Amino acid sequence: MKSRAARAESPAKLVASLRTGDKRAAARLISLIEDDEPEAREVLRHIYRQSGRAHIVGLTGPPGTGKSTLISRLLQEFRKRGRNVGVIAVDPTSPFTGGAILGDRVRMADASLDPNVFIRSMATRGYPGGLALATFDAVRVLEALGMDLVFVETVGAGQSEVEIAKRAHTTVVVEMPASGDAIQILKAGILEIGDLYVVNKCDLGGADAMVANLAIVIPDRDKGWRPPVLRTVASEGTGVKPVADRLEAHWQYLNDSGELAVRERARAETELRGALAEAALRRLAARPASERRLRGAIERIARRRADVRTVAEGLLRPRQTH
Amino acid sequence: MAKKIRVLMAKPGLDGHDRGVKVIARALRDAGMEVIYTGLRQSPDDIVAAAIEEDVDAIGLSSLSGAHMTLFPKVVQILKKKKAGDIVVAGGGIIPPEDVPKLKKAGLKGVFGPGTTLQEIVDFFQKNAGRSR
Repeated sequence: MKSRAARAESPAKLVASLRTGDKRAAARLISLIEDDEPEAREVLRHIYRQSGRAHIVGLTGPPGTGKSTLISRLLQEFRKRGRNVGVIAVDPTSPFTGGAILGDRVRMADASLDPNVFIRSMATRGYPGGLALATFDAVRVLEALGMDLVFVETVGAGQSEVEIAKRAHTTVVVEMPASGDAIQILKAGILEIGDLYVVNKCDLGGADAMVANLAIVIPDRDKGWRPPVLRTVASEGTGVKPVADRLEAHWQYLNDSGELAVRERARAETELRGALAEAALRRLAARPASERRLRGAIERIARRRADVRTVAEGLLRPRQTH
Repeated sequence: MAKKIRVLMAKPGLDGHDRGVKVIARALRDAGMEVIYTGLRQSPDDIVAAAIEEDVDAIGLSSLSGAHMTLFPKVVQILKKKKAGDIVVAGGGIIPPEDVPKLKKAGLKGVFGPGTTLQEIVDFFQKNAGRSR
Protein backbone atom coordinates (compact mmCIF):
# COMPACT_ATOMS: atom_id res chain seq x y z
CA MET A 1 0.00 0.00 0.00
CA LYS A 2 2.97 2.33 -0.29
CA SER A 3 2.76 5.23 -2.66
CA ARG A 4 5.00 5.53 -5.69
CA ALA A 5 7.13 7.90 -3.77
CA ALA A 6 7.44 6.00 -0.53
CA ARG A 7 8.36 2.85 -2.38
CA ALA A 8 11.97 3.47 -2.97
CA GLU A 9 14.32 5.72 -1.08
CA SER A 10 14.43 7.33 2.32
CA PRO A 11 13.58 11.03 2.58
CA ALA A 12 17.18 11.93 3.39
CA LYS A 13 18.39 10.14 0.31
CA LEU A 14 15.76 11.81 -1.86
CA VAL A 15 16.81 15.21 -0.57
CA ALA A 16 20.44 14.44 -1.37
CA SER A 17 19.54 13.34 -4.91
CA LEU A 18 17.39 16.42 -5.30
CA ARG A 19 20.31 18.67 -4.59
CA THR A 20 22.26 17.02 -7.43
CA GLY A 21 19.50 17.97 -9.87
CA ASP A 22 17.84 14.56 -10.01
CA LYS A 23 14.43 15.09 -11.61
CA ARG A 24 13.10 11.70 -10.58
CA ALA A 25 13.80 12.52 -6.93
CA ALA A 26 12.02 15.86 -7.30
CA ALA A 27 9.05 14.19 -8.95
CA ARG A 28 8.81 11.60 -6.20
CA LEU A 29 9.06 14.19 -3.48
CA ILE A 30 6.20 16.14 -4.98
CA SER A 31 4.10 12.95 -4.99
CA LEU A 32 4.97 12.34 -1.35
CA ILE A 33 3.74 15.82 -0.54
CA GLU A 34 0.58 15.42 -2.62
CA ASP A 35 -0.27 12.09 -1.01
CA ASP A 36 0.45 13.62 2.40
CA GLU A 37 2.87 10.90 3.41
CA PRO A 38 4.64 11.44 6.75
CA GLU A 39 7.98 11.45 4.92
CA ALA A 40 6.87 14.59 3.11
CA ARG A 41 6.95 16.66 6.26
CA GLU A 42 10.42 15.42 7.06
CA VAL A 43 11.61 16.37 3.60
CA LEU A 44 10.16 19.86 3.83
CA ARG A 45 11.86 20.36 7.16
CA HIS A 46 15.12 19.55 5.40
CA ILE A 47 14.67 21.88 2.47
CA TYR A 48 12.69 24.83 3.79
CA ARG A 49 15.50 26.74 5.43
CA GLN A 50 17.52 26.86 2.25
CA SER A 51 14.58 27.90 0.11
CA GLY A 52 13.60 31.49 -0.66
CA ARG A 53 16.08 32.41 -3.34
CA ALA A 54 13.85 31.72 -6.31
CA HIS A 55 11.48 34.25 -7.84
CA ILE A 56 7.96 32.80 -7.62
CA VAL A 57 5.57 34.12 -10.27
CA GLY A 58 1.87 33.29 -10.10
CA LEU A 59 -0.29 33.43 -13.23
CA THR A 60 -4.02 33.57 -12.86
CA GLY A 61 -7.06 34.53 -14.90
CA PRO A 62 -10.15 32.99 -16.45
CA PRO A 63 -10.01 29.63 -18.27
CA GLY A 64 -8.87 29.87 -21.86
CA THR A 65 -7.10 33.22 -21.73
CA GLY A 66 -3.79 31.56 -22.62
CA LYS A 67 -1.99 31.18 -19.31
CA SER A 68 -0.26 27.92 -20.26
CA THR A 69 0.74 29.19 -23.67
CA LEU A 70 2.11 32.38 -22.17
CA ILE A 71 4.11 30.37 -19.62
CA SER A 72 5.57 28.18 -22.37
CA ARG A 73 6.75 31.33 -24.19
CA LEU A 74 8.13 32.90 -21.03
CA LEU A 75 9.87 29.64 -20.28
CA GLN A 76 11.69 29.80 -23.62
CA GLU A 77 12.55 33.45 -23.08
CA PHE A 78 13.96 32.92 -19.59
CA ARG A 79 15.95 29.88 -20.72
CA LYS A 80 17.61 32.20 -23.26
CA ARG A 81 18.39 34.51 -20.37
CA GLY A 82 20.14 31.64 -18.60
CA ARG A 83 17.55 30.98 -15.90
CA ASN A 84 16.51 27.57 -14.61
CA VAL A 85 12.74 27.47 -14.79
CA GLY A 86 10.17 25.41 -12.91
CA VAL A 87 6.44 25.28 -13.59
CA ILE A 88 3.62 24.00 -11.40
CA ALA A 89 0.37 23.98 -13.37
CA VAL A 90 -2.82 23.40 -11.43
CA ASP A 91 -6.03 22.04 -12.94
CA PRO A 92 -9.29 21.16 -11.17
CA THR A 93 -10.20 17.84 -9.60
CA SER A 94 -13.73 16.61 -10.24
CA PRO A 95 -15.81 17.05 -7.10
CA PHE A 96 -17.81 13.97 -8.12
CA THR A 97 -15.24 11.36 -9.07
CA GLY A 98 -11.99 12.74 -7.66
CA GLY A 99 -10.45 12.40 -11.11
CA ALA A 100 -8.79 15.12 -13.15
CA ILE A 101 -7.56 15.88 -16.62
CA LEU A 102 -4.31 17.80 -16.40
CA GLY A 103 -3.81 19.36 -19.79
CA ASP A 104 -1.50 22.32 -19.32
CA ARG A 105 1.50 20.34 -20.54
CA VAL A 106 0.02 20.21 -24.03
CA ARG A 107 1.04 23.86 -24.47
CA MET A 108 4.45 23.30 -22.97
CA ALA A 109 5.69 20.47 -25.17
CA ASP A 110 9.39 20.10 -25.96
CA ALA A 111 10.54 21.68 -22.71
CA SER A 112 10.84 18.46 -20.71
CA LEU A 113 14.07 17.34 -22.33
CA ASP A 114 15.87 20.41 -21.00
CA PRO A 115 17.61 19.46 -17.73
CA ASN A 116 17.13 23.02 -16.46
CA VAL A 117 13.37 22.98 -16.82
CA PHE A 118 10.90 21.08 -14.66
CA ILE A 119 7.16 21.05 -15.33
CA ARG A 120 4.65 19.41 -13.02
CA SER A 121 0.89 19.18 -13.41
CA MET A 122 -1.13 19.16 -10.24
CA ALA A 123 -4.80 18.54 -9.46
CA THR A 124 -6.54 20.68 -6.84
CA ARG A 125 -7.82 17.59 -4.94
CA GLY A 126 -10.54 19.64 -3.35
CA TYR A 127 -8.44 22.59 -2.22
CA PRO A 128 -10.13 25.94 -2.90
CA GLY A 129 -8.67 29.14 -4.31
CA GLY A 130 -7.40 27.82 -7.63
CA LEU A 131 -4.42 26.04 -6.08
CA ALA A 132 -3.68 22.64 -4.54
CA LEU A 133 -2.67 22.20 -0.92
CA ALA A 134 0.65 20.83 -2.13
CA THR A 135 1.39 23.59 -4.65
CA PHE A 136 3.77 25.76 -2.67
CA ASP A 137 5.49 22.86 -0.96
CA ALA A 138 6.18 21.58 -4.46
CA VAL A 139 7.62 25.02 -5.29
CA ARG A 140 10.10 24.51 -2.42
CA VAL A 141 11.11 21.18 -3.99
CA LEU A 142 11.75 22.86 -7.33
CA GLU A 143 13.85 25.49 -5.60
CA ALA A 144 15.93 22.76 -3.97
CA LEU A 145 16.31 21.19 -7.42
CA GLY A 146 18.00 24.40 -8.54
CA MET A 147 15.22 26.33 -10.23
CA ASP A 148 15.66 30.07 -9.78
CA LEU A 149 12.36 31.07 -11.36
CA VAL A 150 9.14 29.16 -10.73
CA PHE A 151 5.83 29.81 -12.46
CA VAL A 152 2.66 28.74 -10.67
CA GLU A 153 -0.35 28.54 -12.95
CA THR A 154 -3.67 28.55 -11.11
CA VAL A 155 -6.82 26.83 -12.16
CA GLY A 156 -8.76 29.01 -14.59
CA ALA A 157 -10.01 31.46 -12.01
CA GLY A 158 -13.11 33.58 -11.91
CA GLN A 159 -13.45 36.50 -9.61
CA SER A 160 -12.37 35.66 -6.11
CA GLU A 161 -9.50 33.17 -6.27
CA VAL A 162 -6.93 35.50 -4.80
CA GLU A 163 -4.77 33.23 -2.63
CA ILE A 164 -2.08 33.15 -5.30
CA ALA A 165 -1.29 36.84 -4.64
CA LYS A 166 -0.56 36.11 -1.01
CA ARG A 167 1.83 33.31 -1.84
CA ALA A 168 3.70 34.28 -5.01
CA HIS A 169 6.19 37.15 -5.22
CA THR A 170 4.77 38.49 -8.45
CA THR A 171 1.21 37.93 -9.62
CA VAL A 172 0.31 38.15 -13.29
CA VAL A 173 -3.36 38.43 -14.18
CA VAL A 174 -3.99 37.17 -17.71
CA GLU A 175 -7.10 38.43 -19.44
CA MET A 176 -8.29 38.49 -23.03
CA PRO A 177 -10.32 40.91 -25.14
CA ALA A 178 -14.09 40.92 -24.90
CA SER A 179 -14.20 38.93 -21.67
CA GLY A 180 -16.41 41.42 -19.90
CA ASP A 181 -17.46 45.02 -19.95
CA ALA A 182 -16.23 47.82 -17.70
CA ILE A 183 -18.56 46.73 -14.86
CA GLN A 184 -17.03 43.25 -14.72
CA ILE A 185 -13.64 44.84 -14.53
CA LEU A 186 -14.69 47.22 -11.77
CA LYS A 187 -15.65 44.36 -9.47
CA ALA A 188 -13.43 43.47 -6.57
CA GLY A 189 -11.26 40.38 -6.44
CA ILE A 190 -8.97 38.92 -9.02
CA LEU A 191 -8.58 42.13 -10.98
CA GLU A 192 -7.11 43.82 -7.95
CA ILE A 193 -4.28 41.40 -7.30
CA GLY A 194 -2.01 41.81 -10.29
CA ASP A 195 1.50 43.18 -10.22
CA LEU A 196 1.33 42.81 -13.98
CA TYR A 197 -1.68 42.57 -16.26
CA VAL A 198 -1.47 40.83 -19.60
CA VAL A 199 -4.16 41.10 -22.23
CA ASN A 200 -3.46 38.03 -24.32
CA LYS A 201 -5.01 37.17 -27.70
CA CYS A 202 -4.64 40.84 -28.63
CA ASP A 203 -5.13 39.89 -32.27
CA LEU A 204 -8.84 39.53 -31.46
CA GLY A 205 -11.14 42.53 -31.61
CA GLY A 206 -11.77 44.57 -28.48
CA ALA A 207 -8.21 44.57 -27.18
CA ASP A 208 -7.98 48.36 -26.91
CA ALA A 209 -11.14 48.53 -24.79
CA MET A 210 -9.87 45.79 -22.49
CA VAL A 211 -6.51 47.47 -22.01
CA ALA A 212 -8.13 50.85 -21.42
CA ASN A 213 -10.64 49.46 -18.90
CA LEU A 214 -7.92 47.66 -17.00
CA ALA A 215 -5.73 50.73 -16.92
CA ILE A 216 -8.54 52.66 -15.21
CA VAL A 217 -9.23 50.20 -12.43
CA ILE A 218 -5.76 49.06 -11.45
CA PRO A 219 -5.37 50.09 -7.83
CA ASP A 220 -2.45 52.09 -6.53
CA ARG A 221 -1.74 49.82 -3.60
CA ASP A 222 1.97 49.97 -3.78
CA LYS A 223 3.58 53.41 -3.99
CA GLY A 224 6.69 52.23 -5.77
CA TRP A 225 5.17 49.98 -8.44
CA ARG A 226 2.50 50.88 -10.92
CA PRO A 227 1.24 47.57 -12.41
CA PRO A 228 1.68 47.70 -16.19
CA VAL A 229 -0.90 46.43 -18.68
CA LEU A 230 0.83 44.56 -21.49
CA ARG A 231 -0.43 43.09 -24.73
CA THR A 232 0.53 39.68 -26.06
CA VAL A 233 -0.36 37.13 -28.67
CA ALA A 234 1.27 34.26 -26.82
CA SER A 235 0.51 31.66 -29.49
CA GLU A 236 2.75 33.63 -31.86
CA GLY A 237 5.23 34.81 -29.25
CA THR A 238 4.29 38.46 -29.76
CA GLY A 239 4.84 40.76 -26.80
CA VAL A 240 6.46 38.10 -24.62
CA LYS A 241 9.81 39.82 -24.17
CA PRO A 242 8.30 42.93 -22.54
CA VAL A 243 6.44 40.64 -20.11
CA ALA A 244 9.72 38.92 -19.21
CA ASP A 245 11.40 42.33 -18.79
CA ARG A 246 8.68 43.57 -16.47
CA LEU A 247 8.81 40.37 -14.42
CA GLU A 248 12.52 40.93 -13.90
CA ALA A 249 11.90 44.58 -13.09
CA HIS A 250 9.30 43.65 -10.49
CA TRP A 251 11.66 41.18 -8.81
CA GLN A 252 14.31 43.88 -8.76
CA TYR A 253 11.82 46.31 -7.28
CA LEU A 254 10.74 43.86 -4.56
CA ASN A 255 14.35 43.31 -3.56
CA ASP A 256 15.40 46.96 -3.67
CA SER A 257 12.37 48.48 -1.95
CA GLY A 258 12.06 46.15 1.01
CA GLU A 259 8.63 45.10 -0.26
CA LEU A 260 9.92 41.53 -0.53
CA ALA A 261 10.17 41.25 3.25
CA VAL A 262 6.61 42.58 3.59
CA ARG A 263 5.33 39.99 1.14
CA GLU A 264 7.31 37.17 2.73
CA ARG A 265 5.67 38.01 6.05
CA ALA A 266 2.21 38.00 4.42
CA ARG A 267 3.03 34.66 2.84
CA ALA A 268 4.23 33.23 6.15
CA GLU A 269 1.01 34.33 7.81
CA THR A 270 -1.19 32.80 5.09
CA GLU A 271 0.75 29.55 5.24
CA LEU A 272 0.76 29.41 9.03
CA ARG A 273 -2.97 29.98 9.27
CA GLY A 274 -3.55 27.30 6.67
CA ALA A 275 -1.24 24.86 8.46
CA LEU A 276 -2.95 25.50 11.79
CA ALA A 277 -6.36 24.73 10.36
CA GLU A 278 -4.96 21.62 8.73
CA ALA A 279 -3.21 20.53 11.93
CA ALA A 280 -6.42 20.96 13.93
CA LEU A 281 -8.26 18.69 11.50
CA ARG A 282 -5.44 16.18 11.58
CA ARG A 283 -5.45 16.05 15.40
CA LEU A 284 -9.18 15.68 15.43
CA ALA A 285 -8.97 12.80 12.99
CA ALA A 286 -6.32 11.12 15.12
CA ARG A 287 -8.58 10.93 18.19
CA PRO A 288 -10.32 7.67 19.01
CA ALA A 289 -13.69 7.23 17.31
CA SER A 290 -13.16 10.48 15.41
CA GLU A 291 -15.03 9.32 12.34
CA ARG A 292 -18.03 8.25 14.42
CA ARG A 293 -18.06 11.55 16.34
CA LEU A 294 -17.74 13.51 13.12
CA ARG A 295 -20.62 11.60 11.50
CA GLY A 296 -22.73 12.23 14.59
CA ALA A 297 -21.88 15.91 14.49
CA ILE A 298 -22.78 16.18 10.81
CA GLU A 299 -26.10 14.50 11.55
CA ARG A 300 -26.88 16.99 14.34
CA ILE A 301 -26.18 19.94 12.05
CA ALA A 302 -28.16 18.44 9.15
CA ARG A 303 -31.18 17.86 11.45
CA ARG A 304 -30.80 21.37 12.86
CA ARG A 305 -30.30 20.15 16.40
CA ALA A 306 -27.23 22.37 16.72
CA ASP A 307 -25.54 25.04 14.63
CA VAL A 308 -22.25 24.43 12.90
CA ARG A 309 -20.12 26.76 15.05
CA THR A 310 -21.29 25.28 18.33
CA VAL A 311 -20.61 21.78 17.04
CA ALA A 312 -17.13 22.75 15.80
CA GLU A 313 -16.25 24.29 19.17
CA GLY A 314 -17.47 21.16 20.91
CA LEU A 315 -15.37 18.89 18.73
CA LEU A 316 -12.24 20.97 19.28
CA ARG A 317 -12.59 21.10 23.08
CA PRO A 318 -9.92 19.01 24.84
CA ARG A 319 -11.23 15.56 25.67
CA GLN A 320 -12.12 14.72 29.23
CA THR A 321 -9.77 12.17 30.69
CA HIS A 322 -12.26 10.27 32.87
CA MET B 1 -5.20 11.60 1.59
CA ALA B 2 -5.89 8.55 -0.54
CA LYS B 3 -3.33 7.81 -3.13
CA LYS B 4 -4.40 8.67 -6.66
CA ILE B 5 -3.47 6.75 -9.75
CA ARG B 6 -1.66 9.05 -12.17
CA VAL B 7 -1.60 8.14 -15.84
CA LEU B 8 0.15 9.96 -18.69
CA MET B 9 -1.67 9.70 -22.01
CA ALA B 10 0.42 10.41 -25.06
CA LYS B 11 0.42 10.10 -28.81
CA PRO B 12 3.84 9.22 -30.13
CA GLY B 13 4.65 9.79 -33.78
CA LEU B 14 2.99 11.77 -36.48
CA ASP B 15 -0.65 10.77 -36.64
CA GLY B 16 -2.89 13.73 -35.99
CA HIS B 17 -6.04 12.09 -34.72
CA ASP B 18 -6.56 12.26 -30.97
CA ARG B 19 -10.27 11.76 -30.47
CA GLY B 20 -9.73 8.22 -29.18
CA VAL B 21 -7.07 9.11 -26.66
CA LYS B 22 -9.27 11.95 -25.36
CA VAL B 23 -12.21 9.60 -24.87
CA ILE B 24 -9.99 7.26 -22.88
CA ALA B 25 -8.57 10.14 -20.84
CA ARG B 26 -12.11 11.12 -19.95
CA ALA B 27 -12.99 7.56 -18.92
CA LEU B 28 -9.96 7.35 -16.64
CA ARG B 29 -10.84 10.72 -15.14
CA ASP B 30 -14.36 9.50 -14.44
CA ALA B 31 -12.83 6.48 -12.71
CA GLY B 32 -11.09 8.87 -10.31
CA MET B 33 -7.62 8.94 -11.85
CA GLU B 34 -5.42 11.95 -12.55
CA VAL B 35 -4.74 11.95 -16.26
CA ILE B 36 -1.92 14.02 -17.70
CA TYR B 37 -2.55 14.60 -21.37
CA THR B 38 0.50 15.64 -23.34
CA GLY B 39 -0.88 16.10 -26.81
CA LEU B 40 0.05 15.12 -30.32
CA ARG B 41 3.33 14.34 -32.04
CA GLN B 42 5.43 13.43 -29.06
CA SER B 43 8.73 11.65 -29.41
CA PRO B 44 9.41 8.67 -27.12
CA ASP B 45 12.03 10.82 -25.38
CA ASP B 46 9.47 13.60 -24.73
CA ILE B 47 6.99 11.07 -23.36
CA VAL B 48 9.46 9.51 -20.94
CA ALA B 49 10.73 12.88 -19.74
CA ALA B 50 7.19 14.03 -19.04
CA ALA B 51 6.31 10.74 -17.32
CA ILE B 52 9.28 11.13 -14.98
CA GLU B 53 8.47 14.74 -14.08
CA GLU B 54 4.84 13.82 -13.48
CA ASP B 55 5.82 10.71 -11.45
CA VAL B 56 3.08 8.69 -13.10
CA ASP B 57 2.18 5.10 -12.34
CA ALA B 58 1.48 4.31 -15.97
CA ILE B 59 1.72 5.56 -19.53
CA GLY B 60 -1.01 5.03 -22.11
CA LEU B 61 0.17 5.30 -25.71
CA SER B 62 -2.12 5.72 -28.68
CA SER B 63 -1.20 5.18 -32.28
CA LEU B 64 -3.40 4.90 -35.31
CA SER B 65 -0.82 5.27 -38.03
CA GLY B 66 0.94 1.91 -37.94
CA ALA B 67 4.07 3.13 -36.19
CA HIS B 68 3.33 1.28 -32.95
CA MET B 69 5.88 -1.49 -33.52
CA THR B 70 8.65 1.09 -33.60
CA LEU B 71 7.44 3.70 -31.13
CA PHE B 72 5.81 1.72 -28.32
CA PRO B 73 8.84 -0.52 -27.56
CA LYS B 74 11.06 2.57 -27.80
CA VAL B 75 9.20 4.14 -24.88
CA VAL B 76 9.75 1.00 -22.79
CA GLN B 77 13.45 0.96 -23.66
CA ILE B 78 14.00 4.59 -22.76
CA LEU B 79 12.12 4.16 -19.47
CA LYS B 80 14.47 1.32 -18.58
CA LYS B 81 17.49 3.38 -19.54
CA LYS B 82 16.28 6.20 -17.27
CA LYS B 83 15.79 3.75 -14.38
CA ALA B 84 12.04 4.22 -14.59
CA GLY B 85 11.20 0.72 -15.77
CA ASP B 86 8.66 0.38 -12.97
CA ILE B 87 6.25 2.66 -14.85
CA VAL B 88 3.63 0.47 -16.53
CA VAL B 89 3.24 0.99 -20.28
CA ALA B 90 0.10 0.19 -22.23
CA GLY B 91 -0.69 0.89 -25.86
CA GLY B 92 -3.76 1.04 -28.01
CA GLY B 93 -5.04 2.01 -31.41
CA ILE B 94 -5.09 0.30 -34.78
CA ILE B 95 -3.02 -2.70 -33.79
CA PRO B 96 -3.31 -5.94 -35.76
CA PRO B 97 -3.78 -9.01 -33.52
CA GLU B 98 -0.51 -10.53 -34.72
CA ASP B 99 1.41 -7.58 -33.26
CA VAL B 100 -0.02 -8.00 -29.77
CA PRO B 101 2.31 -10.79 -28.57
CA LYS B 102 5.31 -8.96 -30.02
CA LEU B 103 4.43 -5.77 -28.17
CA LYS B 104 3.89 -7.68 -24.93
CA LYS B 105 7.25 -9.33 -25.40
CA ALA B 106 8.74 -5.86 -25.88
CA GLY B 107 7.52 -4.92 -22.42
CA LEU B 108 4.04 -3.49 -22.88
CA LYS B 109 1.83 -4.67 -20.08
CA GLY B 110 -1.41 -4.08 -21.95
CA VAL B 111 -2.25 -3.83 -25.65
CA PHE B 112 -5.69 -2.75 -26.77
CA GLY B 113 -6.89 -3.03 -30.34
CA PRO B 114 -10.13 -1.94 -32.00
CA GLY B 115 -13.25 -3.10 -30.18
CA THR B 116 -11.82 -2.78 -26.66
CA THR B 117 -14.37 -1.37 -24.24
CA LEU B 118 -13.62 1.63 -22.05
CA GLN B 119 -14.32 -0.51 -18.99
CA GLU B 120 -11.55 -2.96 -19.97
CA ILE B 121 -9.09 -0.09 -20.17
CA VAL B 122 -10.21 1.41 -16.85
CA ASP B 123 -9.92 -2.04 -15.22
CA PHE B 124 -6.46 -2.51 -16.66
CA PHE B 125 -5.12 0.70 -15.16
CA GLN B 126 -6.86 0.12 -11.86
CA LYS B 127 -5.34 -3.32 -11.60
CA ASN B 128 -1.86 -2.64 -12.95
CA ALA B 129 -1.19 0.96 -12.01
CA GLY B 130 -2.79 0.83 -8.60
CA ARG B 131 -1.56 0.46 -5.09
CA SER B 132 0.02 -2.93 -5.45
CA ARG B 133 2.81 -1.52 -7.57
